[in-house]
Amino acid sequence: MFSRILSSNTLRFSPRLSTNLIHSRYLSNEIKSAIELAIKSTPVVLFMKGTPEFPQCGFSRATIQILGQQGVDPSKFAAYNVLEDQELRDGIKEYSQWPTIPQLYINGEFVGGCDIITGMVKDGELGDFLEKSDVLIPEETSDEQPNSANVKPSQR
Amino acid sequence: MSLTSDSLKNIIQERLNADLVQVEDMSGGCGQAFAVIIVSKLFQGKNKLARHRLVNNELKNEIASIHAFTQKGFTPEEWQQQGGKI
Repeated sequence: MFSRILSSNTLRFSPRLSTNLIHSRYLSNEIKSAIELAIKSTPVVLFMKGTPEFPQCGFSRATIQILGQQGVDPSKFAAYNVLEDQELRDGIKEYSQWPTIPQLYINGEFVGGCDIITGMVKDGELGDFLEKSDVLIPEETSDEQPNSANVKPSQR
Repeated sequence: MSLTSDSLKNIIQERLNADLVQVEDMSGGCGQAFAVIIVSKLFQGKNKLARHRLVNNELKNEIASIHAFTQKGFTPEEWQQQGGKI
């Protein structure tokens, strides 16, 4: 598997890097099945430049900010840094037949890139779509009521 | 051949049969980043994703050769509804 960044469980949209970075080369078929596995094993998947904490492109930054603002559940979110893996960078464009990064997938389906996501916010579609896709932070959580928002950075 | 705002505009106009094309060069002259607005009848009945795919397909080689490409697509009716002129 290519490198994967999982989000940590804080209110901020701040993920962590997993350690299984693999730098070996893949054939196209292998990259394709790795992508398929990635987008099917997590409800919300973003292929981006950089990490959610340190996006390395304005479009990736804008997209990650929107997902955070919309209240996407960090436990249902994973991001992959295409800058760490050239084959993933090429492979994901081929897979979706979409020429640019970032690329957002929800429940295994390609949703779009930064322009699409930004447009969906502007038209008020994105909130409904995320709600319907069941990927938002639940409004009423358990018995555990925090007194204040947890604004501490991830401890990991 | 490097892409300029004008050459990109002409390409879009022709391939997407566009009524109006606005190209903004966001790269400061190095020909790497463009923001475009396209008004075309071809967008009729297509959602955002389909519109983008249409443009991406028509501009496959051009988009591959630049660093950043951002697009907005409207039908002539939508464009006029929001006060745009053709």
